[in-house]
Amino acid sequence: MSKHADIIMKYFKSILSACLLVLFVGMSAEAQITEKAEYGKFAITNATIHTVTNGVIENGTVLIDGKKIVGVGQDVEIGSDYEKIDASGKHVYPGFMDAGTQLGLQEIGAVDVTNDQAELGEFNPHVRAFTAINPSSVSIPVTRVNGVTHVISMPVSGRLAGKATLIDLYGYSPDSMAVSPDAAIHLNWPTSKKGGWWDDRSKEEVKKDYKKNIKELNDFWSKAEFYDKMVTAYEKNPDDKQKPDADKKMQAMQEVVNGKVPVIISVDAKQDILNAIEWTQKHPDARFILAGVQDGWRVADEIAEAGLPCLVSTLYTPERDYDNYQRPYQNPGKLHEAGVKVAIATGGVENVRNAPYHAGFAANYGLGKEEALKAITINSAEIFGVGDKLGSIEEGKQANLFIADGDPFEPMNHITQVFISGNKIPMVSRHTQLYQEYLDRGPQKNNK
Amino acid sequence: MKKVLLSIFALCLSLTGYAQETGSVLIKDGTVITITNGNKADTDVLIEDGIITKIGKDLSAPRGVETVDASGKYVMPGIIDAHSHIAAVDVNEWTNPVTAEVSMEESINPNDINIYWALAGGVTSIHLMHGSANVIGGQNETLKLRYGTGMDEMRFDGAPRTIKFALGENPTRVHGQGFNVKPRTRMGVEQVIRDNFDAAQDYKKNRQAYLAAKEAYENGERKNPPVPVAKNERMEVLVDILEGDIWVHTHSYRADEIMMLMRVFNDYGIENFTFQHANEAFKVAPELKKNNAYTSVFADWWAYKFEVYYSTAYNASILNANGVKNSINSDSGELIRHLNHEAAKAVHYGNTSKQDALKMITINPATQLGIDDKVGSIEEGKHGDVAIWSGHPLSIYSTAEATYIDGKKYFDRSEDPNDMRLETNPETDFEETDKRWYNENGRHGKTCLQGAKIRFTKKGMKYKSN
Repeated sequence: MSKHADIIMKYFKSILSACLLVLFVGMSAEAQITEKAEYGKFAITNATIHTVTNGVIENGTVLIDGKKIVGVGQDVEIGSDYEKIDASGKHVYPGFMDAGTQLGLQEIGAVDVTNDQAELGEFNPHVRAFTAINPSSVSIPVTRVNGVTHVISMPVSGRLAGKATLIDLYGYSPDSMAVSPDAAIHLNWPTSKKGGWWDDRSKEEVKKDYKKNIKELNDFWSKAEFYDKMVTAYEKNPDDKQKPDADKKMQAMQEVVNGKVPVIISVDAKQDILNAIEWTQKHPDARFILAGVQDGWRVADEIAEAGLPCLVSTLYTPERDYDNYQRPYQNPGKLHEAGVKVAIATGGVENVRNAPYHAGFAANYGLGKEEALKAITINSAEIFGVGDKLGSIEEGKQANLFIADGDPFEPMNHITQVFISGNKIPMVSRHTQLYQEYLDRGPQKNNK
Repeated sequence: MKKVLLSIFALCLSLTGYAQETGSVLIKDGTVITITNGNKADTDVLIEDGIITKIGKDLSAPRGVETVDASGKYVMPGIIDAHSHIAAVDVNEWTNPVTAEVSMEESINPNDINIYWALAGGVTSIHLMHGSANVIGGQNETLKLRYGTGMDEMRFDGAPRTIKFALGENPTRVHGQGFNVKPRTRMGVEQVIRDNFDAAQDYKKNRQAYLAAKEAYENGERKNPPVPVAKNERMEVLVDILEGDIWVHTHSYRADEIMMLMRVFNDYGIENFTFQHANEAFKVAPELKKNNAYTSVFADWWAYKFEVYYSTAYNASILNANGVKNSINSDSGELIRHLNHEAAKAVHYGNTSKQDALKMITINPATQLGIDDKVGSIEEGKHGDVAIWSGHPLSIYSTAEATYIDGKKYFDRSEDPNDMRLETNPETDFEETDKRWYNENGRHGKTCLQGAKIRFTKKGMKYKSN
């Protein structure tokens, strides 16, 4: 075979394998839901209702009509057209939210063609997670049947990774899932620290790189502020002014620099957190949220004073070898104690379903059950400006909730029914389907 | 002079011989989770010189033995992790598809802080495994987490020898894709194993014939010296596997490759084996049961690579319901901190009973490592490897309060230091500390390929050195 043909063959093979993969993924997506969600009027009765914002209601009723909750309490009149769901001995919670994931952007970690969370380039404010959310991701049903009904899904690469999206976990298109399509922008804070074992830079090089990275960020930000001023001035009075050139990146930054869309700053080490705080204070018009924040307990007072909310998890190993083993578990509690608003963010994809257990560890190590519950519901909703729609069981809010046979932070307990925007979700995922099929393969197949 | 020589000799002995310290303690009035004999309320456990000597009510402490009050608390056997890489110095000798001759025996760091963190999660023993880059990898080492002692003191005395095999994507990627060396496919993986087993059988035959002839020659029963058959450590280890002296723990995911290896093992008469990870073991649970195979799985890891895409977190429950002896492992410096909680997921996914879920982190991994006569349950005569928990160990609100190995306390939450540095100088800011390679967030199972720092680009393979 000629060299040319060889290359063509090679390309053909890789295209073929990509196609096959797409086919596989496509097939599985089709097979993941065997029943459709029900939609209409539901009355969940005799439940212990954990409203989050109005305490716990024993033996109560939640009425759902369409997308919304239309009644909560002990003396709620149930119309004859409501389908009753008896929740005696069970608990109702608002749907949980994971405030930092790549769910829907990545299907299989090690298969590059299924990874859409990392665009090339350092500054990508115009890149939107919303665009690349795959509603058929197999991980989505796997996540929601564990009670996680909403996630922030965000791009992760470069300095300004792009816009994060806030979605619910039921729908046939990104559009139908989005609560706010562009919920935030994600900034990877330039670290002044050395990285892991792979980082072979000298101390001087690390310092130099940090200065360079900060300068690039500041330059980009200043340019964006200037662009926003120019556009604003032009729009106010277009006469005798030249219209600023279209610039997708700068246009995408306008809603960021003027504070309409918040900035999620991923940052972990103590000095980096302090640097980031100082930097945010130079931009009073913008809104900031810290994420990761593994050293947060070291500088909790400074974070509280700066008024920055934090997106945190608990199931990781301590930031430093010599740190006390409990610090990751205690971090949310210590931040809360200092006055910081905390929300749970796992940083996960296929195992976002473990978000309740991150909250459980936080609850057990200082945050307490009540605050931990807020950290995985109303706090995230408020941080992303949708506290009026999500995060608690209240009349008028979206019907995002689930029924559990006990405390949902406790892994031994089970979620029995999930509602997302009023949709009664089939409690089915690839994991439950494989269980149903293989628990008992049947006698005829066991023979060989 | 003689005296001096003698004392030097004695000193040398004391330096070379190692002592695995034991302790004595009476743990009173706890709910004792025996694992093998149910739960016993308000019961005492007496450990003397490292051995559980008595389980009962109203025991009194022998003279000099400390008494610990465990009323309102749970006493549980130390957790055993059948798949770990903490405390490892190196993990992967990834330069050949077959490296049976290498061993984790000399690759142990007793001062790895991850050991302490694991103790704080009630873990007392781990199976320190070679990585999964090679079809037939290196030999593993079973350890007790005697943090801060020495390499020899860490060993689990009397544990059978074990070795790591690996099927599927890891060996085909590292060797086939990386080096253009067989195996590139699962077909190749099978033949690499069969070729080497055949070679080992031939080696044994030829080597034995040579040794017999050599002996005959030396005894004058033979005229000419035989042609030597050189000793080959790799082949020696493979022979030991074929003769059942080394138990096989195989990194595997898919049902087909699990079936393949069971066929191969049946053909060569290998009987004692455990499938590690085994995300698709649930698909062939009856076959595993029939072959007396063990499995050691993740509670819920999946989708990080294609061969774990068709997974279910109900794996452990399906295996258990089909009678397969299964354990839940960590393969991670993070998950090992809360294996009790990983076991609780077997209750969440598929309603495995609490007792069976606890077996998956105690007696079952002990059985898979061949140490179930010594640890894995609270029984008289077994080792004093126990942990005291503040509540039922499967609850997320419970914490390990103290962890004992051979009756000696290695972790006590009430004495847990804020700062783990041995000498803390408050003036020193350790901001510059490098991150460890294992500072993971617990999401990806890449620890198995640690050491094989290989990146594949369109132009080929790149090796990234430290």
